[in-house]
Amino acid sequence: MLFLVLIVPVSAQQLETTSAERIRCASTTSTENSGFFDYILPVFEKKTGIRVDVIAVGTGAAIEIGKRGDADVVFVHAKEQELKAVKEGFFVYRRDVMYNDFVIVGPDNDPAHIKNVQSVSKAFKHIAENSSFFVSRGDKSGTHTKELTIWKIAGIKPRGYTWYLEVGQGMSKTQRIANEKRAYTLTDRGTWLTLKDKDNLEMMIVFEGDPVLFNQYGVMIVNPEKHPHVKYREARKFVDWLVSGEGQKAISSFKDKHGNQLFIPNAYR
Amino acid sequence: MNPILTGFKEALTLIFNLDRELLSIISLSLMVSGTALVLATAAGLPMGAFMGLKKFPFRGVIISLMNTFMGLPPVVVGLFVYLILSRSGPLGFMGLLYSPSAMVIAQCILAFPIVSSLSHAAIVHVAPVIRQASMTLGATPFQVTLNIMREARYGIMSGVIAAFGRVMAEVGAILIVGGNIAGYTRVMTTTIALETDKGNFELAIALGIMLLSLSLLINMFLYVIQKKGMVTIVR
Repeated sequence: MLFLVLIVPVSAQQLETTSAERIRCASTTSTENSGFFDYILPVFEKKTGIRVDVIAVGTGAAIEIGKRGDADVVFVHAKEQELKAVKEGFFVYRRDVMYNDFVIVGPDNDPAHIKNVQSVSKAFKHIAENSSFFVSRGDKSGTHTKELTIWKIAGIKPRGYTWYLEVGQGMSKTQRIANEKRAYTLTDRGTWLTLKDKDNLEMMIVFEGDPVLFNQYGVMIVNPEKHPHVKYREARKFVDWLVSGEGQKAISSFKDKHGNQLFIPNAYR
Repeated sequence: MNPILTGFKEALTLIFNLDRELLSIISLSLMVSGTALVLATAAGLPMGAFMGLKKFPFRGVIISLMNTFMGLPPVVVGLFVYLILSRSGPLGFMGLLYSPSAMVIAQCILAFPIVSSLSHAAIVHVAPVIRQASMTLGATPFQVTLNIMREARYGIMSGVIAAFGRVMAEVGAILIVGGNIAGYTRVMTTTIALETDKGNFELAIALGIMLLSLSLLINMFLYVIQKKGMVTIVR
């Protein structure tokens, strides 16, 4: 086994492309799946020569990867969790970058009648009272965190009910499962707009607009005092660019196939 | 309209217009799985021979363990390698996580039990007369082992082919330790998983067809080698 460990790095070294500056960014599936990074990172690389390698996982996993020092930068959407991790000393230099919002999507006929309720917590209550299927991410992602917050506001503990399906999958798969089960689910507008037609989802947005559904994306750097190998200088350049006028402009110019803007920059409100 | 049919069409288009990105994905797949297979064979063959030809304490336990490890869940192997290679893990100082090297290590662990178990099975099935004949003809123990392995080469080759199939098709482990980074650790299976997530079903199916065709080509090549009996036994 020792032999393997020694020989593998040597033999695989040739596989690795030589690039002077590259940083690693742990981020979420919503940013990757929508094509956001494919659009925005080349702009940054062209300007600075710094290549950003993206590892797309759920927000919970991305923060964990950062805490362990396996990334330089974390770009996620669960502000409270982020601030907590900064306070604990795992990250530094956190900045708001952009936002979009969450929406409830569900079957066209809206069996729980939530189309015209006043608040998202009321909508969740209706779903529970009606025992309509609800698909939960169940994976500690940013979307899952938001969903749990709403259940808490509504005063409902959904776990264990037969109508509450925790699937532990990414957003796109969760939407597909909701579609097949004729269920409701909470999703971010970006993923919904990107996949609604591609996946032939027979669903619609049934609830939107509650301020609770605000979805803030933030970026933060892994604390170099905890992990000395972190490429702080390059990571700092990346964060500074994202929140700069130029970076913010690039974010707002990112559109999906139908011309919808998926993320709204708000670094300096 | 049907994604499976359009997938076939798209697969053909992809093959005819091989772009650089796709080529690099394919070559990384081959490079990672190929390196893992070579290393696993280099370690697994002696292990199989050892288990098949030597009597030692707890031999039965070791053999059962190897057989069990043939069914190692890739996700578990991925997580294990992740925790070892993570900056907060014991080998973190090597900075190997999220690199092709990490993927090779994970796939090596998956392939090793298959190669050693199946070559062990092939070796114990070699008629005892071969061993006796070699010994009476004055062969050294090492030559005896080589003779037995030569006799068992078809079975051993099947083990190597099975291990190759496993690592080429595997996605759970390399997704965790490689991170599916575009242009760096993205291979065919992780691309298929990502494109499925992105709702590009045709492209995902097309890549699946390409992966299978590639495996078919390689297996045909291996079959020819097996047929010709040109197997050179790796020490």
